[in-house]
Amino acid sequence: MTDRIQLGTMEQPQFSPAAMALVQKIIKRYPEGRHKSALLPILHIAQAEFGGWLSPSTMDYVASILNIKPIEVYEVASFYTMYNMRPVGKCVLEVCRTGPCALRGSDDIIEYLENKLGIKEGETTADGMFTLKAVECLASCGSAPMMQVGNHYIENLSVEKMDEVLDQLKTRHNVPNPDYGSPYPVSPENNG
Amino acid sequence: MGRKLLLKDINVPGIKSFEVYRKMGGYASVEKALKTMTPDSVMEEVKKSGLRGRGGAGFPTGMKWSFLDRKSDKPRYLICNADESEPGTFKDRFLMEYLPHALIEGMIVSSFALGANTSYIYMRGEFRWIFPILEKAIEEARAAGFLGNNMLGTDYSLELYVHSGGGAYICGEETAQIESLEGKRGNPRNKPPFPAVVGLYGCPTVVNNVESIATVPHILNMGGDEYAKIGIGKSTGTKLISASGHINKPGVYEIELGLPVEEFIYSDEYCGGIWKGRKMKACVPGGSSVPILPTELMLKTAKGEPRLMSYESLSDGGFATGSMLGSGGFIVFDETACIVRNTWTYARFYHHESCGQCSPCREGTGWMEKVLHRIETGHGKMSDIDLLVDVAKKIEGNTICPLGDAAAWPVAAAVRHFREEFEYHVRYPEKVKDPKHFEKEPFVSEKKAVAA
Ligand SMILES: Cc1cc2nc3c(=O)[nH]c(=O)nc-3n(C[C@H](O)[C@H](O)[C@H](O)COP(=O)(O)O)c2cc1C
Ligand code: SF4
Ligand code: FES
Repeated sequence: MTDRIQLGTMEQPQFSPAAMALVQKIIKRYPEGRHKSALLPILHIAQAEFGGWLSPSTMDYVASILNIKPIEVYEVASFYTMYNMRPVGKCVLEVCRTGPCALRGSDDIIEYLENKLGIKEGETTADGMFTLKAVECLASCGSAPMMQVGNHYIENLSVEKMDEVLDQLKTRHNVPNPDYGSPYPVSPENNG
Repeated sequence: MGRKLLLKDINVPGIKSFEVYRKMGGYASVEKALKTMTPDSVMEEVKKSGLRGRGGAGFPTGMKWSFLDRKSDKPRYLICNADESEPGTFKDRFLMEYLPHALIEGMIVSSFALGANTSYIYMRGEFRWIFPILEKAIEEARAAGFLGNNMLGTDYSLELYVHSGGGAYICGEETAQIESLEGKRGNPRNKPPFPAVVGLYGCPTVVNNVESIATVPHILNMGGDEYAKIGIGKSTGTKLISASGHINKPGVYEIELGLPVEEFIYSDEYCGGIWKGRKMKACVPGGSSVPILPTELMLKTAKGEPRLMSYESLSDGGFATGSMLGSGGFIVFDETACIVRNTWTYARFYHHESCGQCSPCREGTGWMEKVLHRIETGHGKMSDIDLLVDVAKKIEGNTICPLGDAAAWPVAAAVRHFREEFEYHVRYPEKVKDPKHFEKEPFVSEKKAVAA
C-alpha cells in the first residue's frame, strides 16, 4: 500500500555520521538562535536519506535535531510540494503540466505514462517502482515537455522516446537504496 | 548583433570555473569596488545606470537599495531571489548553471554596497543539481580571497550561502521568501513594514533577482552612465528573455532593450519564427502573470507603432491593448493553440500555488479554474464568461500579495482579446470535446472572416 501512513510502526530514523556532519554544517550557516532556518534544507536531506518521503517519525527526528516542536515541522513540510508526505516508488516521475509545457505536448506524456504504468497521476505502481506526479513549471519551458527525476531534468520528451527513458530509469533506480536526489548531497566533499 | 553583456562569454570553454572566468576579466568589479569605491558610490553608479529589477516588477534597483535602513544597528541582509517559478521563465537557471561566478561576483559587490556581511541565495529546491555548482563557485571565490574575512586586504567581510526552497511559487514573492528562509511556511507578510526596514530576522533586507544582481558588475566596470546608454529610454541595458512555446528556437536570449518584437520572433538570431510553418496566434511576453495579446497587438501597438521589447512599449496601451515585460518569459502560441485551455492551465497553476491567506485569492483562483475547465470541456454557459471577468475583478487589488492580481490579469486579458473563442466553446460543445480541438482545425474568428 502506498497511500497509508503507518503511524508509530516506523523505527526511529538516524542520520549517518556523514549526513549528520552535513546537517550540522548547514545549521551553522544561519545566525545564532536562528537555526530553524535550516529546516527546509534538512528536510531535503532527510527525505533523500530515509526512503524518498517524510514519515511522521522522520519529521519528529528532524524536530528533535533543531530543538523545535514537531508541529513546526509538519506545518512546513506539508506546505511545500517537494516533500512527499506519503511513501513513494523507487523512481518518482514529476512531469511538468503548466502552460508552456502543455503547448508542446505534456498532456500526451502524462497520458502515455498513465496508460503504460497503469496508474493515475499521484499514484504508485503496484511493484513500488514508479510514482507519477504532475507538477507545475520547473523553469525548463524552453526544453518542453520535460520531467524531473531526482537530481535530473529530462527534457525535450516525446511519446516515442518514453519507453527508452523508462527502461533507463528502471535500471538506475531498481536498487536497494535508490537516489531520490537532494540539493545537499551527502558525499565526502560536502562533509568538511 | 545586439550588445551582449551577461552572456558575452557563455561560449568560452570552462567559463564555469573560477580560473577561466577570472581570465576573462571576472571579479574586476570586486577589486574596483572594494579598493577604490565606497558602498555609497557603488549605489550611485547603480542608480545612474537606470537598472530596473529583472524579477518581474521592474522597480529601479538603485532606488530600492537607497531605501535600506542604514541607521539601524542591526545586521543588514541581501537575499538573491533565485526561486524562478514564474511559468515561462528560465533565464536565472541558465545563468546560474552556466555562469555561476557571474552571480557570485554580483552578490559580492551588491552586498558591499548594502553593507551586508551575510547574504543568501534562495534557490528553488528543484534546481538540485545547481546547488553543488554554486557552492563550488563560492569555495573557489573564497580560496582566491574574494569571500570571507578582510577580503582583498580590506576591512570588508562577507559570507555567502545557498539556501534551498521546498517547492512553492509563492516563495518568489519577497516577503514569503523571507518567511521561508526563516524556516516557516511561505505566507507573504502584510506591507508595510517593508523588508528594507523589517526583513529577514527583523533586520533591514534587500531582495533582488538573480539577473539584477549579475548585472551590477557590468555597471561598475563600464560606469552607470555608460550602461544607461544601452537600451532605449527608461529601459536601459540588456535583458535576458526566456523564449518558449511554438517557436523554432526556444531558449534564453540576451537582447538589448528596444529590439522590435517582430525581429525577436522572426529573426534567426532569436526565436527563428513559428514552428512547423504555422502562423502565430498570440503571445504572453513577460511570464504567465502578464496579459496575453493577439498577434496584431503584439507586433504593433494600438497606435500602429512597432512594438518594442522594452518596459514602456510592451505596456503601451495599458491593459486594454498592451501587456508587460515582467520577468521576460516570452511564450508564443501558434494558430492551433486553444486560448481557453491555456488560460485554464494557468488558473489551475495559481489555484495550486495560492498560499490561502486571503479569501479572494484562495476561493477566486479555485472558482476561475473550475469555470474555465467547464468551458474548455464544453460544459460551460454563456454567463460563465462574464462570471470569469467578475471573479477576476473581485480578486484584483483585494489581496495581501500580488499573486492574486497575477492570477486575475491573464484571465481578464484572455476574455478581453479572445471572447469569441470562449463563446465558441459554449456554442459548439461537441467540437471541443477532443482536448486537441484546434490542432485539427484552427479556430477562425467569424468576425474577422466577415471583415476579410
Ligand atoms: C507570486 C510572486 C512570485 C514571484 N516570483 C519571483 C521569482 O521567482 N523570482 C524573482 O526574482 N522575483 C519574483 N517575484 C518578485 C519579487 O517579489 C521581487 O519583486 C523581486 O525578487 C525583486 O527583485 P528585483 O527588484 O531585482 O526584480 C515574485 C513576485 C510575486 C508576487
Ligand atoms: S494573494 Fe494569494 S498568495 Fe498572496 S497572500 Fe493572499 S492568498 Fe496568499
Ligand atoms: S512550463 Fe514546464 S518547465 Fe515551465
